[in-house]
Amino acid sequence: MNATTPLLQVENLSIELPAGLDRKYAVENLSYTLNAGEILCVVGESGSGKSMTANAIMGLLPSYLKPSSGRILLKGRDLLAMSEAELARERGRTVSMIFQEPLSALNPLMTVGDQIAEVMLVHGEGDAASREQRVLELLDYVGLPDPASLRHSYPFRLSGGQRQRVMIAMALALEPAMLIADEPTTALDVTTQAQILDLIRRIQRAKGMGVLFITHDFGVVADIADKVVVMEKGLVVEQGTADEVLNRPKHPYTRRLIAAVPHPDENATRADADGDVLLEVRGLRKTYRSGGGLFTRPRIVKAVDDVSFTLRRGETLGVVGESGSGKSTLGRCILKLTDVDGGQILYRGKDIVPLSQAAFRPLRRHLQMVFQDPFASLNPRQTIGRILTDGPVANGMPLAEAEKKARELLSLVGLDPSAYDRYPHEFSGGQRQRVGIARALALDPELLVADESVSALDVSVQAQVLDLLQDLQKKLNIAVIFITHDLRVAAEVCDKIAVMYRGAIVEFGPPGEVFNAPRHAYTQQLIAAIPGRHWNPRAAVA
Amino acid sequence: MSFFRRYAQNIGALIGLAILAVVVFVALAAPILYPGSPWQGVAEPLLPPFEDPAYPLGTDLLGRDIAAGIAYGARVSLLIGIISTAVAVVIGVAIGALAGFYGGRVDDMLMRFTEFFQTIPAFAMAVVLVAIFSPNITSITLAIAVVSWPPVARLVRGEFLSLRSREFVQAAVVVGQTGPRIMATQILPNAISPIIVTASLMVATAILTESSLSFLGLGDRNMMSWGFMIGAARTMLREAWWLSVFPGLAILITVLAINLIGEGLNDAMNPHLRGRKG
Amino acid sequence: MKTLEFLIQRLVKAVIVVLGVVILNFLLIQLAPGDPASVLAGEAGAGDEQFIAQLRAQFGLDQPVYVQLWSYLQNILSGDLGYSYRNQVPVAQLIMERLPATLLLTGSAFIFSLILGVVLGVLAAYKRGSFGDSLIMTGALIFYATPLFWVALMAVLVFSIHLDLLPPFDMETIGANYTGWARVVDIAHHLVLPTVTLGLFFTAVYTRLTRASMLEVMNLDFVKTARAKGVPKGRIIRRHVLRNAILPVFTFASVQAGQLVGGAVLTETVFAWPGIGRLMFDALMQRDYPVLLGVFLVTAIVVVLVNLVTDLLYRFVDPRIETAR
Repeated sequence: MNATTPLLQVENLSIELPAGLDRKYAVENLSYTLNAGEILCVVGESGSGKSMTANAIMGLLPSYLKPSSGRILLKGRDLLAMSEAELARERGRTVSMIFQEPLSALNPLMTVGDQIAEVMLVHGEGDAASREQRVLELLDYVGLPDPASLRHSYPFRLSGGQRQRVMIAMALALEPAMLIADEPTTALDVTTQAQILDLIRRIQRAKGMGVLFITHDFGVVADIADKVVVMEKGLVVEQGTADEVLNRPKHPYTRRLIAAVPHPDENATRADADGDVLLEVRGLRKTYRSGGGLFTRPRIVKAVDDVSFTLRRGETLGVVGESGSGKSTLGRCILKLTDVDGGQILYRGKDIVPLSQAAFRPLRRHLQMVFQDPFASLNPRQTIGRILTDGPVANGMPLAEAEKKARELLSLVGLDPSAYDRYPHEFSGGQRQRVGIARALALDPELLVADESVSALDVSVQAQVLDLLQDLQKKLNIAVIFITHDLRVAAEVCDKIAVMYRGAIVEFGPPGEVFNAPRHAYTQQLIAAIPGRHWNPRAAVA
Repeated sequence: MSFFRRYAQNIGALIGLAILAVVVFVALAAPILYPGSPWQGVAEPLLPPFEDPAYPLGTDLLGRDIAAGIAYGARVSLLIGIISTAVAVVIGVAIGALAGFYGGRVDDMLMRFTEFFQTIPAFAMAVVLVAIFSPNITSITLAIAVVSWPPVARLVRGEFLSLRSREFVQAAVVVGQTGPRIMATQILPNAISPIIVTASLMVATAILTESSLSFLGLGDRNMMSWGFMIGAARTMLREAWWLSVFPGLAILITVLAINLIGEGLNDAMNPHLRGRKG
Repeated sequence: MKTLEFLIQRLVKAVIVVLGVVILNFLLIQLAPGDPASVLAGEAGAGDEQFIAQLRAQFGLDQPVYVQLWSYLQNILSGDLGYSYRNQVPVAQLIMERLPATLLLTGSAFIFSLILGVVLGVLAAYKRGSFGDSLIMTGALIFYATPLFWVALMAVLVFSIHLDLLPPFDMETIGANYTGWARVVDIAHHLVLPTVTLGLFFTAVYTRLTRASMLEVMNLDFVKTARAKGVPKGRIIRRHVLRNAILPVFTFASVQAGQLVGGAVLTETVFAWPGIGRLMFDALMQRDYPVLLGVFLVTAIVVVLVNLVTDLLYRFVDPRIETAR
């Protein structure tokens, strides 16, 4: 390879979709170039075809998808013209790949050391002893503790971040010239994400690798990209250097995406809500027990540990935390979807903790919930109409009245009334989430618990749903508990923020205060880990 | 794509359906096709097949028409297969639904009970039950049902357990629906396709079990059945092969057809699980 | 170590299951119309009440049910399985004479069907969509639908009557009095047909299960990782897919081990195999209940032991088990 040959050239690549889908190509006429020592981010929303290009490079496309035209040149050699055996020689040696979900990407029945050594084994590299030596070096290099014993661990014993480090070690084993990272931090917590991004950048610099980084998160792009390719529905709409695309986006789609990136207005102050106290939580505790037998002690996890707060009418409380912080359990406790081990939950001054399920049922209509997954939260076998009327009917409303109300609600959440007779699978994620909101509102609740209600949505849709939620809240003067892992989103929509860590609230206050003067070390860590913190998307599209 | 079009894409499933239609027709039309009793000798004994067009499958030691026996046997096989499966599915769904939905101690108890039943060899248990309660169509049907419900219970429990934690079920709790209502209107409709598929395969197994029972002489003495015909012809294997070959083929074809239908239903109901060719 | 705790838990559970089986069958038999005394008396031609009552008292049948159950349980614990009314020998002796034949038959059928089924299933999955795949799956479909006893009869018809290759009856040549190797060969010769006919249905089950499991695992993410590492297809199948796919097959096979005993009743009937399946059936027909109960007890113990051993093996093969529970 001479100095002018780029590491990777994708030229006019088109991949045809099977007939009968809404578009003809998964990706169409795709061209971009990656040089050694560069990080190229391919960014787009779901269905943009961004992962497809990565899989095409590795020859990992499902069998019903075939590139129909174009070339993929790796160091000047066309990968699409190679046989499966030739390709297998390149994989792992010249180009490696890491994936989104590090648990399922590792073989559950093979020790992590064996899985790393296998890369070298199948490429005929070294002997058993030298491979073993290299495995330990690699584990150490990616920052895993105690390589000698970790090497014998099975993947299920490691944390999410550790697993992704193992994947990276595996990818690095033969020092490939190029690394493909397909949403490698999407399944991880923010603080872990920051560490992994840091690691990838550090390795890339040290080894002079070219990295193709697929992501949906502009914050991540701002943190690591040298060059950016923006994709929409299989087409490249804009590409350029990170500075160009992030700070001076030209294409309207890029501008729209960037405008939708949640970004707290740090100077905004909100008037203190002065409504009546609606909900008061005092010393709430919930522990989970697992395992335990004749001779072993059960493992006890304090999911919610002495949590107290008050919530007024019309107020939004953001509960922020990483996975395992207990934030979702807190929401489930308030709705009595799970038992509580101690403390009080006073709804309008009445403790609901001691109530039986049957005694609590009449009160349920006042406390509603919007769920996380727009695909799992609607019964696939019921029409939207049935979904919306089930609640009011269960609470004694005549069916005709419930029907009328459901149709009104559909227009309130911005859906066509014809949706009434259709089934959930006919709607997009954002539309389904609107149905979920309508279902909660059908009972005229006073409190809404929104558990990660926008985190499964693409950014542009996320922004719309957030707007809708805020709008409705003002209109109906309801209190909202907004549970999220994303501090940026919470800061944008909440009056107060509670940061949870290991079951306890470690920081509580208005967003400006939490953001600008975090008191607890964990909050500081969390804020430091926010991707793209130094980039202001508002300024870019102003 | 509609359910029927997906089903029709599977050629094996269509063949199965066609064969089953023929079997059902023969079963229903048996009294018209062969007005006399199938136990009645009608021709000379041990007439080989394909010789006399009036008795295409030959006759047995007592001159009974094999073809008539097979036609009447279809009635018993289908009847017992369907009813015993229905009973087993009702038991299994009830136990599985309660265990899966309520979890905890209820689940523990019901599943121990189910596991216990699975430890006992099913066929041996059926033999004992039928023998003890004297062989007749009711005891045979119930015995088959009693030994076949555990897999249904486990399946339904698994489905209920995973659906119970799904968000749309949680949503139903939050809007104030009661437990039984949630089970009936939210969970069961979503668990029904694997139940239907399992049930269709269970009909096939039940027919096999029934034939095995009557082969051992534990069939209903008043009804002609395929297993009985084979059992009675066993000692004549060397002299008159057709006595056992044709009823056996009848069982094989019927069970095969039902299995094909079951697989077709499975593919049509779970399109995402179907393997892509290639 | 947790394995010890696990073992104790499982042993307790096993004992409860076995006890449950015994009690259930004991109560079931009480429901049967007509008791052994009247059957024996009827056969002896002496129908008079006094003789029957005398027989009842002799066998303890005049006691209340719970007393009979209690004394039966006590006897079992001391190793006494009762006395066969009909054969006039202790039940334990009767079962021990017959058990090896059944263990030989079901054991070889189990191994035969598991090995053949897994091999065929792996082949079908590996060559998926090919002619070989279709052939294997069609075969599996047919044997899955064929009554066991009929396969047995057809095998006798073809291989014994027409081709005269294999013996149709018994476990060894009667009156030949072979010893040593000659006897082993003779038994093996007799074993072929029963093993194959009993095993074919289960082979079909395992073939289908293995293929489905393989295809499922092939779609998992870590297989994609292996491809991305440059692992060749053959090695992916051997090292990554096979191990993950075969665990559910083994689990299923062990749970199903008991079902082989049910099949053995039929196979032993057709082939006049001197095992406990046939013993059970004869005892049932002759209302020789102590024998029946003894057979159920022994089968339950064997099945529970098989499951226990599988669970233990599983813990060594699958590292996730220990923490999963």
